Amino acid sequence: MLTVSGLKRLHISVSFDLQDSECVALQGPSGVGKTLLLRSIADLDPNEGTVKLDGTLREAMPAPAWRKRVTYLAAEPGWWSDIVQDHFSGWDDALPLVTRLGLPPSCGPWPVQRLSTGERQRLGLVRALMLQSRVLLLDEPTSALDSASVAAVESLIAERVSNGTSVVWSTHDDAQASRVGSRVFVMSADGSIEENRP
Amino acid sequence: MTYIQLAYGDLVLPALLVVMDGALSLALRLKLEKQLAIATVRMVLQLVLVGYVLTFLFAAVSLLWTALAAFIMVLFASREIVARQKRRLPGIWSYGLGAGCTLLAACTVTIFSLLTELRPDPWYHPRYSLPLLGMILGNTMTGISLGLDVLTNGLVRERAAVEACLALGGTRYQALLPVLRDAMRSGLMPTINAMAAIGLVSLPGMMTGQILAGVEPIDAVKYQLLIMFLIAGGTGLGTLAAVMGGARLLTDHRHRLRLDRINTETST
Repeated sequence: MLTVSGLKRLHISVSFDLQDSECVALQGPSGVGKTLLLRSIADLDPNEGTVKLDGTLREAMPAPAWRKRVTYLAAEPGWWSDIVQDHFSGWDDALPLVTRLGLPPSCGPWPVQRLSTGERQRLGLVRALMLQSRVLLLDEPTSALDSASVAAVESLIAERVSNGTSVVWSTHDDAQASRVGSRVFVMSADGSIEENRP
Repeated sequence: MTYIQLAYGDLVLPALLVVMDGALSLALRLKLEKQLAIATVRMVLQLVLVGYVLTFLFAAVSLLWTALAAFIMVLFASREIVARQKRRLPGIWSYGLGAGCTLLAACTVTIFSLLTELRPDPWYHPRYSLPLLGMILGNTMTGISLGLDVLTNGLVRERAAVEACLALGGTRYQALLPVLRDAMRSGLMPTINAMAAIGLVSLPGMMTGQILAGVEPIDAVKYQLLIMFLIAGGTGLGTLAAVMGGARLLTDHRHRLRLDRINTETST
């Protein structure tokens, strides 16, 4: 279980609990601070507040270990090498997920430059899923995808959720929010979140 | 050793060449005459002043005065490093890091050469220590300022890549490694290029100076080789220290990238 209490970053002030095998949709207008909130939970920006995973404070472990358990995925993932497969510790292990999301299995040796925005987004998701994190913080993970790919991503994440992973899924798509989220958090301009049960 | 001494009067004719540049600037409306005049006056004043200061220092042979002169040289070098940065490190670190790394690298290498190879008596004799330090400082400074510039610009440009690695549980050193490598390479490149081209494209100033002063060319070459080895060592050491220090300043103990700590210089 992920416990967030009194998390403060700039104007944001948020508390909530996230159970195992639970997916929460995060909504709110652009620029309201959804990304800031997700980054803060992953401890990627300086912030205040208590964040625990199964009762263990994040400060009790090194930040890299925390982020391997509570993993943030940016809407436009970054690439530190020119070649796709350099970003995976085991490209062969990633292949089932790569093909499942409709990407060509031969794309391992491709230059990242050659990928479309949507392909990058899906590969970024595969890269993050390889960590088998306890909590996934997905920042608009399907914003650049066609409807077939969106369905593939949603079913893949749903599978992870049923196996115990907790997910916070930020989206601008109301239909998607009610499809994927067992609860919906709506963020408002004052930096607080309110819960809407669908 | 014999060499042809110059009187101040011997410089009047060559100085007319600068006047010729000024006339060119006026005739072609290059608008350089003011800058040219200021630069010329500065050069004359600074060099004559340095000449007298060195004369005093060589007569005094005092550890205190020599150290003070070295310290002032390092201060000017670190000011130059800061002036060359487009994005600056926060507060005192903008000067501190450059000064600390130049001091560390240039002084270590200079003292190393004085104690092991040249062995003047006393070891800090300003006739040897200050020219050595000056040459090493100039090159170390270039390496450090290039390295820091590539580091800060690279981190801003590669922010998404660095943060992707951090978000996936990479440590700050893993995440910064590609940018750190670029920064180190840029810092060392001018020295490597200089070593490759030396003697073919350019005759180094110090060697030329010794030859003009009557030293046998092959002896001047040995001195120049010594200096180049020292420069290579000083630049490597200084650039490594500055780039690693910069990387540490721009991340924090929770392995976050802290680009908010960079001040962007917009006015200049």
